[in-house]
Order: sequence, then C-alpha cells, then structure tokens
Amino acid sequence: MSWTWFHRLGSPPYIYNLAARLTPWFAWPAALLMLGGLYDGLVLSPPDYQQGDGFRMMYVHVPTAYLSVMIYTTMAICAAVGLIWRIKVAHAVAASCAPIGASITLCALVTGSLWGAPMWGTYWEWDPRLTSELILLFLYLGYMGLRSATEDVQRADRISAVLAIVGVVNVPIIHFSVVWWNSLHQGSTLLRADGPAIATSMLIPLLMMLLGFTLFFVAVLLVRLRGEILSRERSASWIREAVTP
Amino acid sequence: MTLKAENLHLWRGDRHVLQGVSFAASEGECLQITGSNGAGKTSLLRTLSGLMYPEEGTVTWRGQGIRSDLLGYHSELAYIGHEPPLKGDLTARENLHYWIGIRWPVSQGETEKALERVGAHGWSDRPVRTLSAGQKRRVALAGLTLMMDVPLWLLDEPTTNLDKQGQHLVGALIEEHLSRGGLVVAAIHHDLSVRTTAMRRLELARE
Amino acid sequence: MSDPIAHTGDAVAGPDLNERGTPRPHTKAGTSIWAAAGLTLARDLRLAFRKRGQLVQPLVFFAIVTTLFPLAISPELSRLRDVAPGVLWVAALLSSQLALEFLFRDDAQDGTLEQAALSGQSLSGLLFAKTGAHWLLTGLPLALMAPLAGLSLGVPVASVPGIVASVAVGSVALSLIGSMGAAITLGVKRSGALLSLLTLPLAMPVLIFGARATELAIKGESYGPPLELLGALAVLGITLAPLATAAAVRVNLE
Repeated sequence: MSWTWFHRLGSPPYIYNLAARLTPWFAWPAALLMLGGLYDGLVLSPPDYQQGDGFRMMYVHVPTAYLSVMIYTTMAICAAVGLIWRIKVAHAVAASCAPIGASITLCALVTGSLWGAPMWGTYWEWDPRLTSELILLFLYLGYMGLRSATEDVQRADRISAVLAIVGVVNVPIIHFSVVWWNSLHQGSTLLRADGPAIATSMLIPLLMMLLGFTLFFVAVLLVRLRGEILSRERSASWIREAVTP
Repeated sequence: MTLKAENLHLWRGDRHVLQGVSFAASEGECLQITGSNGAGKTSLLRTLSGLMYPEEGTVTWRGQGIRSDLLGYHSELAYIGHEPPLKGDLTARENLHYWIGIRWPVSQGETEKALERVGAHGWSDRPVRTLSAGQKRRVALAGLTLMMDVPLWLLDEPTTNLDKQGQHLVGALIEEHLSRGGLVVAAIHHDLSVRTTAMRRLELARE
Repeated sequence: MSDPIAHTGDAVAGPDLNERGTPRPHTKAGTSIWAAAGLTLARDLRLAFRKRGQLVQPLVFFAIVTTLFPLAISPELSRLRDVAPGVLWVAALLSSQLALEFLFRDDAQDGTLEQAALSGQSLSGLLFAKTGAHWLLTGLPLALMAPLAGLSLGVPVASVPGIVASVAVGSVALSLIGSMGAAITLGVKRSGALLSLLTLPLAMPVLIFGARATELAIKGESYGPPLELLGALAVLGITLAPLATAAAVRVNLE
C-alpha cells in the first residue's frame, strides 16, 4: 500500500491547496440542496395534521441537531488522530471544527425552542433532546475555553485532544442519562427500527436538508481550516508563495 | 549498553530548540552537555528521558527506540531535574522512602546510610520546606546513592546550590556510578570534578 | 508474527524479560504497581493530615451551601424535603470540586509528578491512588455528612442508609471525573473556573442518577435501579478515567 497519500495528507501546504480546490465542490451542492430542501419543505409540502405549519422548523432543527453531534465526533476523531500519530494537520482540523459545531449547536437549541414553543406554551422545556443539546454546547465551550487558556499551541492541541476524547465517550452516557431522566419530546421519527414514521413528502425535503447541511459544514470547515493553517504556519517559508497573488 | 541520540530536532513554539543533536554514549562514560542559558540543555535531557517528544530524530537505548517500551526504559533511568523532586511537608527520610520505594523496596537502614553519606544527619527529620536549597540538593544526592544500580543517570545541573564539598560529593557519586558500568549524561555550567578518562562534552548552540 | 500459542520453555515478556525475550537488566526485584499505589495513597493521606486545617474545608463548605437553600427558599420542612435530593447533590458536587484543583498541582510544582511519570510504574495506577486518597478525604466524609444535612432539610431518618449509599457511590465517580479535569487543566494558571466548566457537564449523569436514588430513598421507595446505574458509572470511571488522567498529565509534562 502506498503511504505517500497518507504523508501528503499530513502536509500543511498540500492540505491548504487541496482545501481550496475542494471547497466549491461542497459549497455549491450545499447551497442547491439547502435551497431546494427549504423550498420543498416550506412551500411545497403540506402542513402536518397535528402541528400545522409549526412542524416545519424540523427542517432546520433536525439537521442542526444531528450535525452538532456529528461535528463533535469528527472533532474528537481528528483530535485523536493528531494525538496518537502526532499529525499536526489533524489538530488544525479539530480546532476548526469547534466554533462551527458550537454555533450549530446554538442553532439547534434556538430552532428546537422555537419549534416547541407553540406546543409547550413556553420557550423552554427541559426535554431530553434540548437538555442534551445544551450539555453538548457546554462541552464545546469547555473545549474552546481550554484551547484559549493554553498558551502554547502544541500543548493546546494535545490537551484539548484528550478533553475531546473524554467528551465524545461521555456524549452517549449524557444522552442516555438525560433521556432516562425525562421524556416530553416526541420519539425520534427518523430513526425508528421499522422505518421512518413520517410521510414521504416530509422525508424528502428533510433528507435534502440533512445532506445540504452536512455539505455546508464541510465547505465551511475547509475555509476555516485554511485560515487555521495560515495562522499556525505563519513563519513557514511556503506561506509567502501561497499567499502572494 | 548505549544511549544514542540521532538527529534530534525539537521546536518549542517557533523556537528551533534542538537542531539535529546526535551523540552516542556507552557504559562507563560521562557526557557533559554545555551551552548558555536557553541553548536547550534541559530540553535535550527531557527529550532523552522521554518526557518530551522530538519532531524528528530518535533516541535509542540498548539498540531499541525508547518509545517501544517506555516503562521499561524508565526503570533503567534516574532523572533529576533542576529542582530536587521533594515534597515540602515530608521529611527528607520520608521523601527518599517514597521516591525510591515506588521503584523497588528500600529499607530504613538503606535510607539512613544514604542520608549519612550526604551529610544529612542533623536535619533529616525536619520537613523539607524548612531546608536550604543546598540541603534539598543533598537529599536528592542521597536518592542517587540509592540508585547506583540504575544504569542511566540524566542530571540537570547537579551541582547547583552546592558548596565545594557538595560538588566533590557529586563528582564522587558519578565516579562510583561510572566504575560500576553506569552511564551519566549531565547538563552543566561548570565542569564536574570527576576523575575519569571517559569524559566527553557536547556543546549546544543557541538558535 | 510469531506463533501465538506459547510452548513450555518459550520466553514470555514480563518483568524479567522484555519483548524480545532477552533478560531485562535489573539488579533487584522492583516494587509491584499495587505496592507503589499503596505507597502513593499512604503518602497523600499523610500529607493531607499534616495540613489538618484544610481537611475540613470541603465539609464546612458543604454545610454552608446546604444552609443557603433554607435561607433562600423557605424554612418550611415540607418544602425543603422536596428539594432535599437536589440540594444535597449540588452541594456535594460543588464541595468535591474544591479540593480538585490542588490534586495534582503541588506535585506538578515540586517535581514529584514528573518523577511519578519517570518511575517505570504505570502512571495511571499511581494517579488512581491519588484519586483514591482524594475520595477518602472528600467523598467519603461527604457521604457520611450528607444524612445530617438531609435531616436538617426534613428527610425521614429511615432514608439515611440510602443517602449514604448514593452519595458514597456517586462521589467515587465524581472524584474520578474530577481527576481527569484536574489533570487536563494542570497547565492553566488559576484554573478554578475552567475546571468547573469542564468537569460539571461530565458530572451531570452522576447528578441525575444520584439525585434520583436519594429522592427514592427519601420517599421510602426502592432505590436499587438508579443506584446500580450510579455504580455502573463508577465502574466505568475506575476503568477509563485513570487512563485519560495519565494521558493528560503526560501532555502537560511535555
């Protein structure tokens, strides 16, 4: 097996250029899917018999909620790769993920709160999904806080990697304990064992939004990653060539 | 039994602290590391001990990379950094008993002899925080006397805070260790007063 | 890769032989990890007792925090009884945090933590012993004090065993989670707030199960299920936390 591709993946200038080339391939499909999904979900598909038009918040809330966990997991995996194999670019990816993940988690909380408000009568209920999301937000903030409190970038990378790994192991535990503690939220309609319990007309825009958001995340990650690499490698010689037009 | 460093490169932030350091030292040899403040002497010792990880290069002990069996390597290594590793609220005796005791069982008699050898007789029952810097250094030397059988000694400025007599003591301990086939790598400011023909120097330059 | 089935007479890696089957050079038999952990536990307990005044601080803090709630809510025992599980657990959580910042800090400053990492002994084992000392000095006393605080909040006497059991088991998990946080924040100056920010979210499952167990005990119902879940968290912590703690310490020693 050729290891050159693996070594290239660890090289900052290679990743810097690769990220630039890949970004449009994620950004455009993301835009199309999200616009299409929004149009389909907000305009085309019929209102829910129970919740009326309010349920449409699902098209933003579900993708952001799913993504908030997926980003944390990605962050933890990249951090682990950086910690174990000492690959600096992996740490740069993890660092780039964190603010995106935190913002998306905040979106999930806000959309979840707006979605539930008409049903609950208040803007906040301690339902298991939202409570887990809130704790996940704390995990992101803790990770970012640790990074900023550590002066040496290398040590910040490595110690926050340990934290991310500890966090990712805890995410299922936290989720289980919160679900155990309370349940107001309707059961997950996408992940039931007997297949999706929602109508196809709702499912298609939802899947479009899910995919669109995921591609959006990758596009934003690639852009952030380039900035992160520039900042880390600012004293390296390849930067001058890369940045001068 | 050789300690080998091959092309060690280490960065701390943007500073290129170790710039391709290489050496080989075998039993009975004493390698003195010299260089001005900030040249990387402590970083080199910490890299040799496995506490720091070089970006490039390898450290091998007995022909094997130290990472392949780090705990095994540590069991053959005695490292004393800038500050003697002592807990202020424990006495010298209690400190030694713990420091050596977690590695192999050490009796009260052995710690007594070690403390006597370094002249700690009058003050070995006081909490270490009441001792002077020189006295604390002597307690660390007492630990060294109990680690004669540990093959590799990495010492960071072992004569700091010691008077002439103390410096001779350091020399004597190192001589004894070398004669038993041990290896010493020491970062120093002044030459150690060690009578041996197997003394070598490695000068580290600042970036 | 060599034949995985060992035959009699084959060299097996262990304390006397390294991976290649060649003799590991020792001149004396080393201390076992159990003995080393025992020495570490004893040393930390001895050190704590030399600063006797500081031993009671978490307990006093616990008493003060539990007193805050009647003052802030109401002196009526019937109302306090309802919030008692939450009050006891939040107070226990915050009190056990107090001593955490210093769990490794002294050792990091005087160089003994470095020596532990260089001792040739499993660092997770030694740090587990230190965490054990922390629990004996903080968690266990809190578990014994919690019923007193509970009684002051109007809980029935019959609930005392349940309260002790839940706080005792839960505080094991809290000490382990806290040790990870303390190790991770070693490199940060004045880490108190960051330490709490990192540790409290991880401690929330312990809080959930522990408070539920205490609540059931107070109501006189069976508190087995949440106590078992609490025990599972403690076991998970015992298995995994020392590894993360040792990894964090090694990173901070670099």
